[in-house]
Amino acid sequence: MAENKIDARGLSCPQPVVLTRKAIDAGLTSLEIMVSSEVSKENVLRALGTGKFTAEVSRNGDDIIITAVK
Amino acid sequence: MKNIFSSKIGIIITGALIGIIAVLLQTAGNPPNMGICVACFERDIAGALGLHRAAVVQYLRPEIPAIVLGSFITSFIMKEYRPRAGSSTIIRFFLGVFAMIGALVFLGCPWRALLRLAGGDLNAITALLGLAAGVAIGVAFLNNGYSLGRSYSNRNASGWLFPAFMLALVLLNIFPVSFSEGGPVFHSETGPGSMHASVWASLGAGLLFGFLAQRSRFCTMGSIRDIILARDFHLISGVAALLVTAFIGNLVTGAFNPGFTNQPVAHSAHLWNFLGMLLAGLAFALAGGCPGRQLILSGEGDADAGVFVLGMIAGAAVSHNFSLAGKPDAVKEGVYAVGGIGPWGQAAVLAGILLCLVIGFTMREKLTVRP
Repeated sequence: MAENKIDARGLSCPQPVVLTRKAIDAGLTSLEIMVSSEVSKENVLRALGTGKFTAEVSRNGDDIIITAVK
Repeated sequence: MKNIFSSKIGIIITGALIGIIAVLLQTAGNPPNMGICVACFERDIAGALGLHRAAVVQYLRPEIPAIVLGSFITSFIMKEYRPRAGSSTIIRFFLGVFAMIGALVFLGCPWRALLRLAGGDLNAITALLGLAAGVAIGVAFLNNGYSLGRSYSNRNASGWLFPAFMLALVLLNIFPVSFSEGGPVFHSETGPGSMHASVWASLGAGLLFGFLAQRSRFCTMGSIRDIILARDFHLISGVAALLVTAFIGNLVTGAFNPGFTNQPVAHSAHLWNFLGMLLAGLAFALAGGCPGRQLILSGEGDADAGVFVLGMIAGAAVSHNFSLAGKPDAVKEGVYAVGGIGPWGQAAVLAGILLCLVIGFTMREKLTVRP
């Protein structure tokens, strides 16, 4: 399945989780989510964990990139 | 460095400590069932500055600035301080105004609702139900594409200006100045504004709240929202811990008094407790955080959260100047009179709910995931 990108940079709580959950509920099994803060990263990782994804975190400048697969 | 406070154990410890410290603040002089109340204390600050002239609620509460400064120092050290701004700022200001109007109908923010419940004030149940209803409406909007848009990194002054303003308020408390005959800074001689812990106790407690809540991401509105939105019980475990320790603390200090009537700084007008907190809950959900969380975010450099807090302070002034705030129950000539709000307050609550619904419906983006 094609990697699906979610740009949640600069979005306030709970938008990053809402977008992540929409993607999970749509049945996507491979995701790339970009966020701007540690808080968003923690929240998205928790949502991914509940959705049974495994995730890796990398950084690109100020952006935090979460790559996840189910 | 892993953030231990954002774990399950961490948020439970945070909630437990907030509950204990709040009860300690009550024994140290803060009003009963009001060890910490972000709405009431911002209202007291508005009064001290002369933005309203309700004489019984005027005091430059150090807890509020200390929470912001605690968050500022913590986030700076932990490299989470990030000046940012630009997410529908004017909307956030008015959400703050109406969140405060709603909270002052009930006479408490969600933190105080929990403390009132822990003190036996059953009116808090009505309020928490209203809060949950408001949050649920907010969740419906969130699930339908509601967004205030992203914020953008900003340069430094945008981040430290609000904490600096808060520091100025602390200094104004410690070094009182009279700016004019009969003018600010005001300090209540009777009523809740006259009941407060020592400046140093308030500052210390606030700094600790700021540190704990920043690290743990504690948020009372979020705790309800996350259950509805994602069946996520992480934040609510911290809230539950607060309730438990505050309840035990009140039992130990003899401050537990169960019932709907004769509750301190409270009224038992059930419909308006419910609707006032529904308005507050909806506004907090649309703005992304409970009032405590907004203080924490503003300390981290989030200027939009800072504007929300300024909106709450302005809302407190509006609330008292325009007779919108709740009046406590009282005994008049031997008869128990239920307090509550008058017609202006009722109109303001309904107008506020309508405004929030308009914001919820009109600030929508299509929710798509780009393949």
